[in-house]
Amino acid sequence: MSIKAAVISQIQQIAEEMGTRKDLPPLTDDLPLTDSGLDSLAIAILVARLEDTLGVDPFTESSESFYPVNLGDFIRFYENAAR
Amino acid sequence: MPPDNSTSIRRKIGNASDCPRRFLWGSTASVSLGDLLRGTSFGGRLRELSGRSALLACRDQFAAALALVELDGVVGRVIICPPDLPSEHLSTVIAKGGVDAIVSDHGLNDDGHLGVALRTVCSFANAPEKGERLEHGSTEWVLLTSGTTGAPKMLIHNLRSLTGAIDSSLNQEADVVWGTFYDIRRFGGLQIFLRALWGHGSFVLSSADEPLGDHLLRLGAHGATHISGTPSHWRRVLMSPQARALTPRYIRLSGEIADQAILNALRSFYPQAGVSHAFASTEAGVAFAVNDGLEGFPASMVGAPGEVEMKIENGSLRIRSARTALGYAGAGNGTLTDKEGFVDTGDMVERRGDRYYFLGRRNGVVNIGGLKVYPEEVEAVINRHPAVRMSVVWPRRNAITGSLVAADVVLKGAPDPSRASSQIADWKREILQICRESLAAHKVPATIRCVPALEIAAAGKLARHHA
Repeated sequence: MSIKAAVISQIQQIAEEMGTRKDLPPLTDDLPLTDSGLDSLAIAILVARLEDTLGVDPFTESSESFYPVNLGDFIRFYENAAR
Repeated sequence: MPPDNSTSIRRKIGNASDCPRRFLWGSTASVSLGDLLRGTSFGGRLRELSGRSALLACRDQFAAALALVELDGVVGRVIICPPDLPSEHLSTVIAKGGVDAIVSDHGLNDDGHLGVALRTVCSFANAPEKGERLEHGSTEWVLLTSGTTGAPKMLIHNLRSLTGAIDSSLNQEADVVWGTFYDIRRFGGLQIFLRALWGHGSFVLSSADEPLGDHLLRLGAHGATHISGTPSHWRRVLMSPQARALTPRYIRLSGEIADQAILNALRSFYPQAGVSHAFASTEAGVAFAVNDGLEGFPASMVGAPGEVEMKIENGSLRIRSARTALGYAGAGNGTLTDKEGFVDTGDMVERRGDRYYFLGRRNGVVNIGGLKVYPEEVEAVINRHPAVRMSVVWPRRNAITGSLVAADVVLKGAPDPSRASSQIADWKREILQICRESLAAHKVPATIRCVPALEIAAAGKLARHHA
């Protein structure tokens, strides 16, 4: 599974668990994370689950502090960390 | 300490001539301090509350803010309900707080089982309170914070302890507009509300129903200059397309560990702003603020004399000052301070070089974006699942919310070997379902691991780790 597919599948899974799956907007690269229906807690869970599935947490491993705004930024942050 | 800290809020702001030009802005309503002082939320019923122990249980934060200003100095005690207090804890709060009046902005529909005869509905009107304002004297403020078993701890403060950290020589400019991502019914938000009232500025309230982007635009439109929140609030701000709506001069972080990443990111995104991280808790009050842009705090602060004294014992930070809570409301909570008057914050620190760094909370308490979760409460729910022998909940480090709830579970028996992985997946899903039905969202484990055994400490209790 590509990193992008892993991220999207986890977002859908978390939205499912939180009962917000039906409110999930189309997960396009230019979707602001704050408009994704995922609150801070959901994004935190996403980061933890991705660490378990992809074996990487770029937020703690990166020496630069970076807070992605769009879903595309978020996915690229993971893709760069996995290289 | 300013000599007028023991006054009531109304006396404090009533002395200022700038009240007509100062505002409290909610998400759907606003009021100038001048109108606030002239009007009333109680329509002639304030006298009934004089000297009473009043539970302030409003749905709307703005209504609560206006009522608080009026109740201070009139009621003997005000117990402030945080917005998400589960209704099953209300009767405990009422009993422990000696509540004999409930103030709310809606008719509490409890069929009278709470046993409090006096109900007062507050609704602000720009018309003077009828009759004389019966001043009772210094009001006790009771703030709620999370407790080990889920029932809240109730900490008694007064205006002197709550405002003791406000430096009357700072932030006094007339154009200061305070804003916070907190709710004022929690310690962190109440601090900022009082700072706005104590200075010469205005205040922008948060609103639970408002999307963050709208809140940021509103803060920007009101020209918020001094903005406070947890590191998790600020991470969310930086992930928002509306982050540029803010032009703060002062950024304050509190409520959880401020890591170097968020301090650096804020400094680079808002280069015009001073970034400060404060250590405060409902129990210990406001202890100190660190302004050098570095995580942790200088070791020279420990053991130094001053208004706030700090010591480290068994690895945890202890605070003694006139700003700590005065004690717990109700019996059965033990004592707040040690024999020397120090409050144990439960925050574990480690010295590296000339600085102390926060490690997390003792006894495995999980701090998620400023909300504390006691592991015992979550474990008790997980252990209801018939396949679970025992469980331990621990704080999993997280770059977005500081920590998350993680659970290690020991199963009673091995799963059926022919379908072990699907059976374990089913059990995990069922455990999460049970948790979601009985716990607030932030208390539900983010991740669950099945483990063969749990570490037991020498005293026979589950071993808990702080990070």
